[in-house]
Amino acid sequence: MTDITAEARPGATPEGGEAIRHDAGWRMILRAFVENKLALAGLILVVAVVLFCFVGPFFYHTNQVATNLLLVNEPPGAKHPVGTDNLGYDILGRLMAGGQSSLEVGFAVALVATVIGVLYGVISGFFGGLADTILMRFVDILLAIPVVYLFIDLATEFKPTLLLLILVLSLLSWLGPARLVRGETLSLRVREYVEAVRTMGGGSGRIIIRHLVPNTVGTIVVNATFQVADAISILAVLSYFGFSLPPPTATWGGMLENGVNFLYDGYWWEIYPAGLMIVLTVVAFNFIGDGLRDSLDVRLQRR
Amino acid sequence: MIGFIIRRIGQAIIVIIGVTIIVFILRHLLPGNIARAILGIRATPPAIAAFNRQNGLDKALPLQYVTFLNQLLHGNLGFSFKQNMTVDAIVVHDLPNDIVLVGVSLVLALLIAIPLGIVQAVRRNKLTDYTATGIAFVLYSMPAYLLGLLLIAAFAVNLRLLPAEAPQASTIGGVLADPSGLVLPVATLTLVTVALFSRYMRSSAIDSLTQDYIRTARAKGLRQSAILSRHLLRNSLIPVATLVGISIPGILTFGLIIEQLFNFPGVGLAYFNAAVNGDYPVVFGITVLVAVATVLGNLIADVAYAVLDPRVRYD
Repeated sequence: MTDITAEARPGATPEGGEAIRHDAGWRMILRAFVENKLALAGLILVVAVVLFCFVGPFFYHTNQVATNLLLVNEPPGAKHPVGTDNLGYDILGRLMAGGQSSLEVGFAVALVATVIGVLYGVISGFFGGLADTILMRFVDILLAIPVVYLFIDLATEFKPTLLLLILVLSLLSWLGPARLVRGETLSLRVREYVEAVRTMGGGSGRIIIRHLVPNTVGTIVVNATFQVADAISILAVLSYFGFSLPPPTATWGGMLENGVNFLYDGYWWEIYPAGLMIVLTVVAFNFIGDGLRDSLDVRLQRR
Repeated sequence: MIGFIIRRIGQAIIVIIGVTIIVFILRHLLPGNIARAILGIRATPPAIAAFNRQNGLDKALPLQYVTFLNQLLHGNLGFSFKQNMTVDAIVVHDLPNDIVLVGVSLVLALLIAIPLGIVQAVRRNKLTDYTATGIAFVLYSMPAYLLGLLLIAAFAVNLRLLPAEAPQASTIGGVLADPSGLVLPVATLTLVTVALFSRYMRSSAIDSLTQDYIRTARAKGLRQSAILSRHLLRNSLIPVATLVGISIPGILTFGLIIEQLFNFPGVGLAYFNAAVNGDYPVVFGITVLVAVATVLGNLIADVAYAVLDPRVRYD
């Protein structure tokens, strides 16, 4: 890039160092949020849900530990805006508490799975050959095993803690990002700038950490967003099958599973609010992922 | 291309062997002593030792794995701890019910998703497209059991039109004899599958729309309907084979959830009951079976793609 073209396009990426390259990826994502209405709508929804779950309890105090059998199955009213459940827990407060654990699991799983998946994928794609074949067959094997089936089996053996749940879900979620990043790495590793680093004496570690990973950041962020959605969704399914945090910890899936018992009693407030929160949150993250992917695709083509 | 297919089959075999190794390891990692699970907590140590000897559980693990693999290769999935039946017999008994549930839902889902994807592509970014995309998004984001629950609440509890439970006959004839009980489970599985498919169908149809042959067809003055049916539809069908193949694990997982929700007498429900009762041979037999179906689905998807699309070349 010559100086003239750089000046001719204000705001264009200045020539030079790696750090700027890295920065550009993140700036691209921020721009995508501003430009894409779908992603923006998703982001606003996510922020609203996070505020509701984590800030809400400071303003709306409820006891989510002790049961109160004098207050069971109360319909929505002045004292309990969304009613109470069969143990006397206030449902609005429980939605907040349940959201905390659901979101914590979702974000943590996305983070851990993405880190493992990116490192695995980039190493597999970069070194190629036999190592790549072995690493990818291992991913294929794990992908073929029906995980939800195995969880039901685990549900009969364990009552998980938050940490165990995050760990188990992460160990099963890194396969997708590993495949995606490996695919991108295969096309990136033959680019000129990788050759340039090599000629200047940069080692494999430097190429991977400073050049390959920053260049896949778009794919990684889009995938991580879907990971959060999937983790919250799988968590809800697992709660339904009984593989969930033990009481009195609340989860949205657990509330839904509990509420189903009262379908025929007409206690709708014990079922639908929790279901609505799950759908809203998962839809919001899917919106962000889809919106970001669309804008990044367009931007990448424009480059 | 023959070379590609042979290589691909070789890969599938390696993956299936890997799956059996992992399932075998899991089976031995899970807590709980198999002999104690069968014989009960009052079993004496000699009785447990005798059971282990009888079932080959006292041998070295690699030897046990070879026995396990040998049995699988002979089509023997094991013998249930609780039901006095072979796992094969349980699967053979319940599988026809699944074929009805999954088969009917899959056909319905394709009949809805393919035209829907084309309509969405043609009317892209218009109200029709936005509405369909929005509904698909919500369905896609909804846990399958929540959708089933909503349908039960609406059609069984409030309107009292349909039964909330699947037919409870255990044979395929009995299940088919009560079609009203099939409506809700089939509708649930169809809707989640449509949500899964329609996103792919839409983008695949949009891809086809931008191709040169569509422009050529327009340039030579073909009517829109002819373009859609003769060029767009046919070319959009190519990814369907791939889509169905790679969606097999997802559809089977939805199937399991729906069978449990509606108490539908299929393999998924058999799996669920076995998991709850600690009936390990059934659990692991069905796990291996689902994994094999997944690998075969991927294999068929890849091969079908290579066969159906002459533009794809493999060396």
